[in-house]
Amino acid sequence: MLRIAIPLAVWLGVWQLASYWVGRELLLPSPASVWECLLRLGVTREFWLSAGYTLLRVAAGLAGGVVLGTCLAFLTHFCTWADWVFSPAIRVLRATPVVSFILLVYLWVSRTNIPTLIAGMMVLPVVWGSLTAGLNAVDGQLLEMARAYGFSRGKTLRLIYLPSLRPHFTGALLNGFGLAWKSGVAAEVLCPPKWAVGSSIQKARQALETPELFAWTAVIVVLSLVLEWLLGLWLRGRQEGTT
Amino acid sequence: MIGVEHLTVTYGEKVALEDVSLTLPRSGVTALVGPSGCGKTTLLRVLGGLLTPQQGRVTGLEPGETAFLFQENRLLPWRTVAQHLTDVAPRHSATPPRAWLELVELEGEEGAYPSALSGGMARRLALARCLALEREVLLLDEPFTGVDPQRAQRILQRLKDLGKPVILVAHEPHLAQSCDRVMEL
Repeated sequence: MLRIAIPLAVWLGVWQLASYWVGRELLLPSPASVWECLLRLGVTREFWLSAGYTLLRVAAGLAGGVVLGTCLAFLTHFCTWADWVFSPAIRVLRATPVVSFILLVYLWVSRTNIPTLIAGMMVLPVVWGSLTAGLNAVDGQLLEMARAYGFSRGKTLRLIYLPSLRPHFTGALLNGFGLAWKSGVAAEVLCPPKWAVGSSIQKARQALETPELFAWTAVIVVLSLVLEWLLGLWLRGRQEGTT
Repeated sequence: MIGVEHLTVTYGEKVALEDVSLTLPRSGVTALVGPSGCGKTTLLRVLGGLLTPQQGRVTGLEPGETAFLFQENRLLPWRTVAQHLTDVAPRHSATPPRAWLELVELEGEEGAYPSALSGGMARRLALARCLALEREVLLLDEPFTGVDPQRAQRILQRLKDLGKPVILVAHEPHLAQSCDRVMEL
C-alpha cells in the first residue's frame, strides 16, 4: 500500500508546488481543481458514455490487431509466398507514424471507426513481430521429436507451438494494449467521434478548459493502468492454471 | 534381419559414416559401441528414418515401425509425466501408462513436471515415452545416461523381457556386456 501511496503523494506534491509557482490555472491547474472537475464530470451522462465508447473502440481494435497479427504470424512463418508478400508490408506499417495513418484513414473511413482501425493497425505489427520471433525460436529438437513420434499437425500446434509461444503472446498483448490505448485516443483527438474521451479532450482544449483537459487525461491514465493490471492478472491466472 | 548396405552419411565436409555395411538381428538387445564420433548416433538416426543417407540403404525396417529415443530427453516442460505418455500412446492401447512408468521405476511421479525431475528420472521418462509409442523396433540412443548402474541393469533386463528387437547405443561397458550382442563400429 505504501508503495502506491508514497510516490502518489510525492508527485501530487510536486504538481501542487509547480501549479502554485506558475500561478495560472490556464497553464497548469492545481490537483484540487482537476479533482473538482473530475467530480463534476463524473456525474454527467456524457462522461460515462465517452469513457465506455472509448474503451469499446480500443478493446475492439486490440482484439482485431491481436487476431490478425496472430494469423499473419503463422501464415508468414509457414508459407513462403505469404512471407514475401506480407512481411515487408507489416514492416512498413510498423515504421509509419501513427499520425500519418490517422490523417490518411480519415479520408476513407467514418470518424466513429477510425480509432478502432488505428488501434488495430498499431497492435498488429507488434503482435506479428513478437509471435514471428517466438515461432522462429520454437525448439527444433521438440519439432523433430513430434515428427518422429507421429504427432498430427493439431497435436504439434497444441503441445509444442502454443505453449512455446505463450511468453511471446503475453508480452505482445501487454505491449499492444498500451499502444492500442494511446493510438486509439490520439485518433479520437484528431478525428473526434460523437462519444469519446479524445473528443472531450479536443473540446476542452478548444475551450481553454485546462482543468478539464487534465481531468480527461487522468481518466485515460487511470483506465489504462486499471485495465493493464486486470489484463496482467488474467494472463497470470491463465499461466498458473496451465502449469 | 535388418540390413545396412554401403551407407555413407556426411554433414557438410565431415564424413560421419563411410561405406558401412552390416547386418543387425531383428531380435534381442543389440548394443552399438565405439569411440565418440564414430557414427553410432548417425547410424541409429538412419535406421529410425530421421536421416537420409547420401549413399546406401537400409532393408528390413518398415517406415513407422521404429520408436526412437533421442540422445537428448526432449521433454515438454509444460506436460506432466503421465501426460508425456498419454500424448504418444496409440489411441486404443491396452497398456496403461502406469505399466511403462513401473518398467522405468518412475511410478508415483505421474503428476510431476520435468523441472521437478532429476537428470536420471528425466532420462527414464524419455525412455518410458519411447516405450509408450508401442512400436515394433526400439532404437535407443544412450538410454541410461545419468541412471545409476543397478537401476540401469534392472531396466535393461525388463527391456529384454519385452521381447522386442532393441538396438541401443551404449557407452557403459558393463551395460553393453549385459546385452544379447555387442556390435562395434
